Amino acid sequence: MLRLFGNAHYDFIGARRYAYALTAAILLPGILFLLLKGLNYSIEFTGGTLLQVQSKKTVNVAELRSGLDREGIPGAEIQNFGSENEYVIRARIAKPGTDANDTQATAGAVRIALDRVLGRGNYTVVRTEAVGPKVGGELRQKAFLAIFLSFFAVLAYLAYRFEWRFGLAAVIATAHDILATIAFIGIMRLEVSLTVVAAVLSMVGYSLNDTIIIFDRVRENLHKHKHERFAQILNRSINETLPRSVLTHGTTMASLIALTLFGGEVIRPFALVMLFGVFTGTFSSIYIASPVLMAIEQRWPGPAARGHLAPKKAPPASPSRKPQTVS
Amino acid sequence: MFATIRSRLILIALLVVASVYFLFPRNVTLRERGANGVMRDTLVTRVPLKRGLDLQGGMHLALELDQSKQVSADPKKDLDLALTVMRKRIDEFGVEEPLVQKVGDSRIVVELAGISDPARAKAIVQRSAFLEFKITNKTGALEKALPAMDRTLRSLGIKGKAEPEKPSAVQQLLGGDTARSTAKDSARPAPAPKAKAAKGAKDTAAKDTAAQDTTPLPGGVLSGLIQPSGPGGVPGEYGVPETAFPRVDSLLNLPAVARHLPRGMVLRWSSAPASVGVQPVRFLYALDDKSIVTGANLVDAAAQLDPLTNGPIVTFELDRAGGRRFGDETGKHVGDFMAILLDGRVQGRPPVIQSRIGRNGQITLGGKSLQEAQDLALTLKAGALPIPLKIVEERQVGASLGSDSIRKGITAGLVGTALVILIMLVFYRLSGALAVVALGLYILFTLGALSMVDATLTLPGLAGIVLSIGIAVDANVLIFERIREELMHGKTVRLAIDEGFKHAMNAIIDSNVSAVLTALFLFQFGTGPVKGFAVTLIMGIIASMITAIFVTRTFFMIWLDRRPAMSTLSI
Repeated sequence: MLRLFGNAHYDFIGARRYAYALTAAILLPGILFLLLKGLNYSIEFTGGTLLQVQSKKTVNVAELRSGLDREGIPGAEIQNFGSENEYVIRARIAKPGTDANDTQATAGAVRIALDRVLGRGNYTVVRTEAVGPKVGGELRQKAFLAIFLSFFAVLAYLAYRFEWRFGLAAVIATAHDILATIAFIGIMRLEVSLTVVAAVLSMVGYSLNDTIIIFDRVRENLHKHKHERFAQILNRSINETLPRSVLTHGTTMASLIALTLFGGEVIRPFALVMLFGVFTGTFSSIYIASPVLMAIEQRWPGPAARGHLAPKKAPPASPSRKPQTVS
Repeated sequence: MFATIRSRLILIALLVVASVYFLFPRNVTLRERGANGVMRDTLVTRVPLKRGLDLQGGMHLALELDQSKQVSADPKKDLDLALTVMRKRIDEFGVEEPLVQKVGDSRIVVELAGISDPARAKAIVQRSAFLEFKITNKTGALEKALPAMDRTLRSLGIKGKAEPEKPSAVQQLLGGDTARSTAKDSARPAPAPKAKAAKGAKDTAAKDTAAQDTTPLPGGVLSGLIQPSGPGGVPGEYGVPETAFPRVDSLLNLPAVARHLPRGMVLRWSSAPASVGVQPVRFLYALDDKSIVTGANLVDAAAQLDPLTNGPIVTFELDRAGGRRFGDETGKHVGDFMAILLDGRVQGRPPVIQSRIGRNGQITLGGKSLQEAQDLALTLKAGALPIPLKIVEERQVGASLGSDSIRKGITAGLVGTALVILIMLVFYRLSGALAVVALGLYILFTLGALSMVDATLTLPGLAGIVLSIGIAVDANVLIFERIREELMHGKTVRLAIDEGFKHAMNAIIDSNVSAVLTALFLFQFGTGPVKGFAVTLIMGIIASMITAIFVTRTFFMIWLDRRPAMSTLSI
């Protein structure tokens, strides 16, 4: 049978310090970047006007920009979208002198500018989004609340199914994933839209899934191998679940790559964020969730782990062996 | 309960039949506006999976009470009233499965799928449709008040330049069309002044651009711009050059100026400029404050073509009480002129009251299309909005973009599925083939369940289905890996399969429950498209648990049943 990483014996826990260094090397610049440059929110969150335009002839961007300036919409973002004659115009600031929560005046002004520059009938507006800043602000609040609350719900569920130590470790790993993903979104300059928030939340679900699979095995092994040290139990569990992880990530990535390549412009950011999420989720399940669980158990030993934490009784963790890729 | 292969197969067959039933194309009755403008029911056959606005094209609007001009005494009540009015209007508008609902305490959401003329839909949604009939003032009260107004303006330091750059709220209300025409007018150099009014306009325009501190006009700002219609005209009618209209309007709205108006009198503008001589002129009307009757008394309205002029008209019928009052008042005012106001704008030039008018009347719409007349009749019949509404959020997707998205989503789905099938076959061979069959059932169940709960399929939802195809095999992978482990520990095939399913169960349930939990929060917070994503995710997780745990297990049972002596498993 074809089995990747079957019977692997990597010393994942022993390498945790390198993993911490790697995490820091990714997260710290990411957070710094976020603090300096911030996130690129879509107009759903900031409020503003977006028009996606298909033009019959090639659009002169500079001309279009000055046309928008003349209509009182300076600093509009004009972005090529997919094909050559398809553009997205984003005006984040409302036309001066109008009520920004009344989204109609600004959208109307953009259309006038388009009429002037491209000529009426030479273009079609295939998508319009005009969101008042009030609506956008509410949405932003709701998005943060959703991420925050889902955190606690999962913590509660895991505390009920396992014990709070496992739940806490899983949530810390998830927090890492969210931070890393947000940093990724920031550095890639992806637009934070509702779909991207949906991707972040599904990434949370996916990463938790991965962590739970390992923890489930840890729970089982704690009962099965009474005399092993906790680090050994963790290593064993990660190695045993490795073939499953590799294969599931493989099929998930296959779907995501298909989405990235064929799903179209609107879905691409979603697929990219999820793709990154698969990586960070895998990494955090192994290198964040498990070592953190160990650290928690060492500080506040739980009943299940107590016997496994006795210092220096059992032989030290077996050194890592060469992986057997195919068997 | 489902211990035997037979009972398991029956259950699977039932699930398949149910899914196919929910996905089977069926006849749907649609209420549409036909070519002749009359509503009619049509039958359409289609797959009953609802597509979201982002996939079929359409418009999503969020509306709030616009209290900038008129403050609501009871916003909650007014919003409920507006909701009822909006329902009636949208029903009459005739789109397939429209959605009108209240969201939170202050917002109405209107969703119209597959509409071809979004501007028209927006006009219908936003129009207050408040109809009033008022008698024009014949005492020349405005002329008398003008000098006092000008003196006030001068003392306020407003000469040629008040706050002309800031467009008035009225201009905003008028929307794009007016903005365009005024922009055009100001871009073009003003024509040579012929009338006195036009001269005034030019003077102020010159002051706007150049001098800041020149002497005021001899007659004052307003007297220079507001001219009575002349002896033969309608009493209480004044002409203002169209270019000066926004400015005059904002000046008249200054509280210090409005104070000079006599009690019981209001000023209202005409709905559209009229061309008098060279320059377009906007009429200003001095009217009795008290309306003789309003649209609240209206019971019916219909659009017609005037047999004489062939122009569109809207005929209306008042209720009994309204008709009586209308008759009494018009009887008292024979020989006077009556202005018909819609949303505070005078429609056409006020006609003279020839005789007592009863319950039936008509509104003449100069220069408008029959469709506009139909839309007006529609909004009048549905009733007036208590407070105007403003659009705080608009999303609109063209139908072509929507079908493009569907095509791309299906392509991505097919490619993704093909890759997943390939991976499963390569790694798990015959067992993988079983998982692939289960995956096919998974897709069928998910779509069937979505159709059953009447969920809306959106673009992110489509992405969710593609993604979940990759994730759905996870449960199978978990089970298969576990079976392999058990086999490696030297267990028999039968035992390994049993143990594999048993031990993988915990992990499958725990991971799926937490995934459902996050999806529930997503559903709670998201708007349309994201809600669609959350629903497909939840349905997908449930379906994948059924297929992985139940269906695949059944397949293995059949397999073992056929080859009881099997000692190696193709996995």
